[in-house]
Amino acid sequence: MTPTPDTALKANMSLADRAYRIRRNAVLMGEVQGQGYVGQALGIADVLAVSYFHAMRYRADDPHWEGRDRFLLSIGHYAIALYAALIEAGIVPEDELETYGCDDSRLPMSGMASYTPGMEITGGSLGHGLGIAVGMALGLKRKQSDRFIFNLMSDGELGEGSTWEAAMGAAHHRLGNLINLVDFNNQQADGPSREMLSSEPVTDKFSAFGWHVQRVDGNDIDAVRNAFDIAMAIEDDRPRAIIFDTRMGSGVPFLESREVTHFIRVEPHEWTLALDALEAGRPT
Amino acid sequence: MSTKPTPVTADAPKKRLTTSAMIASIAAEGQATRPAPFGHGLVKLAESRPDIVGLTADLGKYTDLHIFAKAYPDRFYQMGMAEQLLMSTAAGLAREGFMPFATTYAVFAARRAYDFIAMAIAEENLPVKIVCALPGLTTGYGPSHQATDDIAIFRAMPNMTIIDPCDAIDIEGAVPAIAEYPGPVYLRLLRGQVPVVLDEYDYQFELGKAKRLRDGADVLFISSGILTMRVLEAAKRLDKDGISCAVLHSPTIKPLDVETILAEADRMDRLLIVAENHSEIGGLGEAVALALLKNGRAPRLRHVALPDAFLDAGALPTLHDRYGISVERICERTKGWLNED
Repeated sequence: MTPTPDTALKANMSLADRAYRIRRNAVLMGEVQGQGYVGQALGIADVLAVSYFHAMRYRADDPHWEGRDRFLLSIGHYAIALYAALIEAGIVPEDELETYGCDDSRLPMSGMASYTPGMEITGGSLGHGLGIAVGMALGLKRKQSDRFIFNLMSDGELGEGSTWEAAMGAAHHRLGNLINLVDFNNQQADGPSREMLSSEPVTDKFSAFGWHVQRVDGNDIDAVRNAFDIAMAIEDDRPRAIIFDTRMGSGVPFLESREVTHFIRVEPHEWTLALDALEAGRPT
Repeated sequence: MSTKPTPVTADAPKKRLTTSAMIASIAAEGQATRPAPFGHGLVKLAESRPDIVGLTADLGKYTDLHIFAKAYPDRFYQMGMAEQLLMSTAAGLAREGFMPFATTYAVFAARRAYDFIAMAIAEENLPVKIVCALPGLTTGYGPSHQATDDIAIFRAMPNMTIIDPCDAIDIEGAVPAIAEYPGPVYLRLLRGQVPVVLDEYDYQFELGKAKRLRDGADVLFISSGILTMRVLEAAKRLDKDGISCAVLHSPTIKPLDVETILAEADRMDRLLIVAENHSEIGGLGEAVALALLKNGRAPRLRHVALPDAFLDAGALPTLHDRYGISVERICERTKGWLNED
């Protein structure tokens, strides 16, 4: 794709600015619906910024391009976050943002492959993404492709047995082309993940399962970028996991400090305040 | 509560029929068989279909996939005893352009891996072929291995095509046919030494088609799977008693060949008996009954099927007799139904 002046300008943007714009897209979509998993989207925005503007190879105008790196959203309810990134990446047109969660929209509340360009799988029934990633990683190896499969999952999904079947399978089949991204925000539907079914020590678990593991602050964008660089560069054939400790609502201080829950409540008048807060914290 | 046989007592005869091996052949003594029709059929097909890959969850030998694994070791994936991963991996391979044949036992696919088949495969209409041994009552190992509910489970799953073949010839025809079909398929597998029955009839498997194997004026059997084998044998015996039976074999359970079933039901006024190796709930019987009623037909209809129960363990001949799906019991029940007013 020949860069237009606009994309050329965008290419000079910092990852921090990408993350800001992803957060902004998510808040705008949340405002359309008056709800949504905005807290999660704000928390994972830095990881998505690094994924789409540092790590992954893709063509915005050809979401099925064979040479792309694949990004699987196992956590279907994080769709708002991925849409925000897909819009920023130019895969979904920006004007569709206002259709989020509306009838006949390509951006339904939970992520589904058949609805949205760039949405590789139907997630939402939790604990599915990593197993599908194993199959796709085997498929890429069969095709002798050097591309990566990224799977984004949540800490809650560590409770699903299927996650660990897949973790064993990925190591057994030596899937060095699989990078599992775990959003550890320590929140699930009924409360803090560690109090529901603790997955700690999560790095030791992945390590014992035969994975290369890193654990970093998922809202420190330099640390996130560095972790991606390491995961993509190591020379052996272990599958790679990066555990990202993230803060729900990151980038909007009054949401970050709100009593943290799985579903952050945002009052109607607060959407504008959230945009203002993002703007105030925008990187210069 | 229990319908189990009373415990063996000291004065009971010591010699009883023993439980057959878990994967015992369902062939009758002296019946013609062919070895591993699925495994050999897949190997043959794979020659011209480089997109075909095989996966199993530690049941390669018990689903005849070991034959494919031996012929194409680099196209075979052993996923270990992890059925959820088996189905997810098959979905991922299908997404990358391959055609996975994934095998396990029917109970494990239908019960254990259900959500993974539903969401990763069926919802996305991916061309994964799920091939499962021990359908219905084909093992004496009890409910843990008897998939008496698999058709009910998969019939309710959108996009899923369900095949219940009768014998080796049916399986040999079904393998290339389901590979041609672009969506997900569930195939109830007969493995090992598989009986050859349909060679006596002018028959060729066609996806989505029911085929009349023989004609008759008194009874119309509509059947699938090994119950087609049973009703063909029952029809021969009933013929000697002056009862003339037609057999319509419907190996595709979903989508059901409603057109042929209606045409056959309309041809003559006959007692209609649906016969299937599955629970009386949710299988071919209910599918046929609904198709008839929705289209304004209400023939006299009876059902040879397994009861709505967790079944006993034991020797297969004993169990088939106990639950009414042996040739003898089918003949006896058919006569009884014909004699009803």
